[in-house]
Amino acid sequence: MKACLIVDDSRVVRKVARRIVEELGFECAEAEDGQQAFDACQASMPDAVLLDWNMPVMSGIEFLEKLRAVGGPKQPKVIFCTTENDMPHIQRAMQAGADEYVMKPFDSEIIKTKFSQIGLIE
Amino acid sequence: MRITDFDLYRDLLKERSGLVLGQDKSYLLDSRLSPIARKWGYPTLDAMTDALRGVPDKDLVNDIVEAMTTNETSFFRDNKPFEMFKDVVLKYMKEGRTTRKELRIWCAAASSGQEPYSIAMILKEAAAQFPGWRFTIKATDISDQILNQAREGVYSQFEVQRGLPIQFLMKYFTQDEEKWRISNDIKAMVNYGNFNLLNDMATLGRFDVIFCRNVLIYFDEKTKASILERMGKQLESDGILFLGGAETVLGITDAFKPFPGQRGLYAQPGSVHLAQGGARGAGNTQQALA
Ligand SMILES: C[S@@+](CC[C@H](N)C(=O)[O-])C[C@H]1O[C@@H](n2cnc3c(N)ncnc32)[C@H](O)[C@@H]1O
Repeated sequence: MKACLIVDDSRVVRKVARRIVEELGFECAEAEDGQQAFDACQASMPDAVLLDWNMPVMSGIEFLEKLRAVGGPKQPKVIFCTTENDMPHIQRAMQAGADEYVMKPFDSEIIKTKFSQIGLIE
Repeated sequence: MRITDFDLYRDLLKERSGLVLGQDKSYLLDSRLSPIARKWGYPTLDAMTDALRGVPDKDLVNDIVEAMTTNETSFFRDNKPFEMFKDVVLKYMKEGRTTRKELRIWCAAASSGQEPYSIAMILKEAAAQFPGWRFTIKATDISDQILNQAREGVYSQFEVQRGLPIQFLMKYFTQDEEKWRISNDIKAMVNYGNFNLLNDMATLGRFDVIFCRNVLIYFDEKTKASILERMGKQLESDGILFLGGAETVLGITDAFKPFPGQRGLYAQPGSVHLAQGGARGAGNTQQALA
């Protein structure tokens, strides 16, 4: 089973996202900020990371830059999922090595097609 | 709504747009036509119905037809057909049109433009492999209102997330407050016009590829067959037809046959795609299945 790490400081959003991603056949773990997410990746690299932008301790973009900097044999696909919905943020995320970008609010259809387009499902 | 009124609308819709309105959908008449009655200054829907029984105003009839169509669509809807367009159809056409160097595409139920623009973006991405080629995309629909929306090319955040890869959003859209506007060079690739599929298609000219997706589902078998047969005449003999996921030619007409090994694609009997069980240049899974 593929693994997905869900990173968001809102418990409600994590819960909604988790339900959608589990439905797509992923085993899910959660993190509340970028630091927790980074530690989780050090312990065990997931196949996918669904990543919020604005979080305490370490933001999503900092996490992504750090993750891509350490490199390693297995890099997860990273999908931003954030209320930041302007072009400069999207560009910055993609430059930092994100694979896809979801603007909140999202629904299961959006998550599903994005996952499929970057080859995580099907 | 009175039964006889239901019959009036059912017959009108069938005749004008092909739409088959089941008795179970009569609630749709109330919810969708009440705003039209208000717009036209009728105190009630019944008053509008009575007026229709007299000499019906052409524009009122148009408004009614438009209000009853379903415009649901998305960019790269179902994804797979667009992958096949890129990987199978474009590859074949590139080899089969070396002297003509032209590709004519018809989007026959274009709705708010997501389908023709998806095709345009694919062609734009592939442009480097087609030096000196001419691509034309004719996009038609029965509804002027939805065509105007398509021409505008402005979409909500929700619409640009359904099916559109983020790279395409970055490349081909600009942000306009809460909305996203498609770029002028993509817009310029699509030529919009009003066309009712019930009408004579000969004036449209001939095409190499036809997308007729998610519209036949609203019609009865006879109408489906008639549209498909007339479409066949507008398609080059080695042309390819795309239908929606819930649509087929099987049991409806012999004018098209399923394209070997590619779901949702159809070719004409006797075309190269069906000879020897598959197309030149196309992945031939038919033999593997046999
Ligand atoms: C559900 S949309 C499909 C849009 C797009 N092809 C897709 O697959 O996403 C159906 C469209 O068919 C149009 N339509 C319905 N009856 C038609 C007719 N008789 N001739 C032309 N277009 C028609 C409607 O206006 C509507 O925009």
